[in-house]
Amino acid sequence: MGLEEKLPSGILLTNVERIVNYTRANSLWPATFGLACCAIEMMASGGPRHDMARFGMEVFRASPRQADLMIVAGRVSNKMAPVLRRIYDQMSDPKWVLSMGVCATSGGMFNNYALVQGVDHVVPVDMYVPGCPPRPEMLLDGILKLHEKIKHETFAEQGARA
Amino acid sequence: MPAAIVTVLTFLALVGLAWLFLTRTVLGRGFSVPLRTMLRAPETAQYPEQPRPVQPRFHGRHQLNRYADGLEKCIGCELCAWACPADAIYVQGEDNTPQARYSPGERYAEDYQINYNRCILCGLCIEACPTRALTMTHDFEISADNYDALVWTKDQLLAPVPPGGEDTPHPDREVRRRGLNYYGGLAVTPPTLHGGSFAPATPAPASRAAQVVPEVGDPTHRKGR
Repeated sequence: MGLEEKLPSGILLTNVERIVNYTRANSLWPATFGLACCAIEMMASGGPRHDMARFGMEVFRASPRQADLMIVAGRVSNKMAPVLRRIYDQMSDPKWVLSMGVCATSGGMFNNYALVQGVDHVVPVDMYVPGCPPRPEMLLDGILKLHEKIKHETFAEQGARA
Repeated sequence: MPAAIVTVLTFLALVGLAWLFLTRTVLGRGFSVPLRTMLRAPETAQYPEQPRPVQPRFHGRHQLNRYADGLEKCIGCELCAWACPADAIYVQGEDNTPQARYSPGERYAEDYQINYNRCILCGLCIEACPTRALTMTHDFEISADNYDALVWTKDQLLAPVPPGGEDTPHPDREVRRRGLNYYGGLAVTPPTLHGGSFAPATPAPASRAAQVVPEVGDPTHRKGR
């Protein structure tokens, strides 16, 4: 954040941490990064029935500079991996990655030469959502667990991650 | 003409024009959609608070079932692992012994793991299972923030002990005393869904029970490896 790094030691900023984490968790903007069939379920999560706007996430940013969360929705091919890494690098800190579906998590049933066997070879992943593809409730479950994780993260942990 | 009548007629003419606009013109029919939607109940499912029920045969996470007396249905045959298109299942079979009996068959699954990082929840393992040991539940909330937590082991997959039953292992003597026919018709019954009731195994002739549970000291029975 900046402020707490410049303060002398001995000044407690726990509630600042809580407020900042609350705001971060409740307006987590995802980057538009659909790669395969999981993207259809991701779009359904943003639709009226499984309204992600209830969690402050309705806006899928087309620019990675405005996004906090990268939902890797689908299989990552070897050709897509450098693109994915570049988009991750372009996102501003703090940023999180959610691996949606088994293809993104581990390659799933496509254990072959064309696919990256797990997106965690390329970017650090904060939440793994299994399923093929995960239904929108499964994605929402993963996102809510990620919200809980963000709310209990300290600035020191976030600084170490960035 | 009195002013009141003029007012009413003008109002009716305006309403008629609005109705014609909303039903007859392309633009008006487009505008009528949000107007109609304003009167409908919202479609949104309030997921974490009030989840909507899934279909009865929904493919959720797996469950290893038990017989009514608590014995495990899994006989460690690894057919599920062979059927799995994603190579997500690992089974380590082991022989039952007269002292420790886990399943009514010759063997049982000493270790059983399903890797939910790979599992695509297709249900081919369920179709392959000859004893209906493996079924799928309605539970899908299994996201985790590390890779290892998604590799489910046997103690996580195994169903709770049904009321009246007891946890495995059972001594062989007890199982023979009950004299149940574990495979009689059970392999073709529909799967016990999550939260369903356990059907008791039907009693069998003594000869059939002797086939299922080998005698202690029987030279044909292999004693471990």
